[in-house]
Amino acid sequence: MSRILCISRHSPYQTSSACDALDAVLAAGAFDQEVSLLLMNEGVWQAIKNQQASLLGRTGIGKKMAALPLFGVKQVYIHTPSLTQRGLTRDSLHLDAVQLVTNNEVRTLIQQHDQLLSF
Amino acid sequence: MPMKFTVVILGAPEGSLSSRSALEFCHALLEQNHQIERLFFYADGVHNASSLIAPPQDEADLPASWSQLINEYKLDAVVCIAAALKRGILDHNEQTRYEKNAANLGACFSLSGLGQLIAASSVSDRTITFGS
Repeated sequence: MSRILCISRHSPYQTSSACDALDAVLAAGAFDQEVSLLLMNEGVWQAIKNQQASLLGRTGIGKKMAALPLFGVKQVYIHTPSLTQRGLTRDSLHLDAVQLVTNNEVRTLIQQHDQLLSF
Repeated sequence: MPMKFTVVILGAPEGSLSSRSALEFCHALLEQNHQIERLFFYADGVHNASSLIAPPQDEADLPASWSQLINEYKLDAVVCIAAALKRGILDHNEQTRYEKNAANLGACFSLSGLGQLIAASSVSDRTITFGS
């Protein structure tokens, strides 16, 4: 078993990147790997509540995110400076079980994991 | 000290430098006697496995260069099946299953699931992603 950190840095609907990243995370969970997800840069928009993806003709990303714990995904981390830069706070997020992390903590996270999946 | 790599390619041959950078990275790895556990083509990267791409003669043919590399070093090259089907990259099985009029997956590639990425990654020293 390896510890995998997936870093997802794109907004939820502009490209398929956010969805592709979540699929990879779910697959890692399904294969019993110790996997965590870190949202940073535009990726923090994935965790915003009250999304209405159906207006864009897309499936909301919320369902997949809600499935993360069921697939054994250990932790969702959110990069605090990325939130702040976009005028967002913890109250803007739809996930309760997230951990906000600083730049230094991101560095530590990367060191603590065996593999990085970067999206 | 030789290391084992999993390389993930997210970019199509056209439109970004991602695929080319990944290809050159793989050449550099192999020339320095590192091992490639698996190439994993995901998202728009699946287009690199199309055998129907026909660039102008004075431009690089990245799908052909990937095939050459894969054959030369007998690499394991997996294309994400879900990403491939939505982008019209099919092997003969999928052509039959979905009743399409052609199959275009290059001979040295195989279609499989994301589990193949996770499995390769878990036995590699490094997983390197080339973005879209």
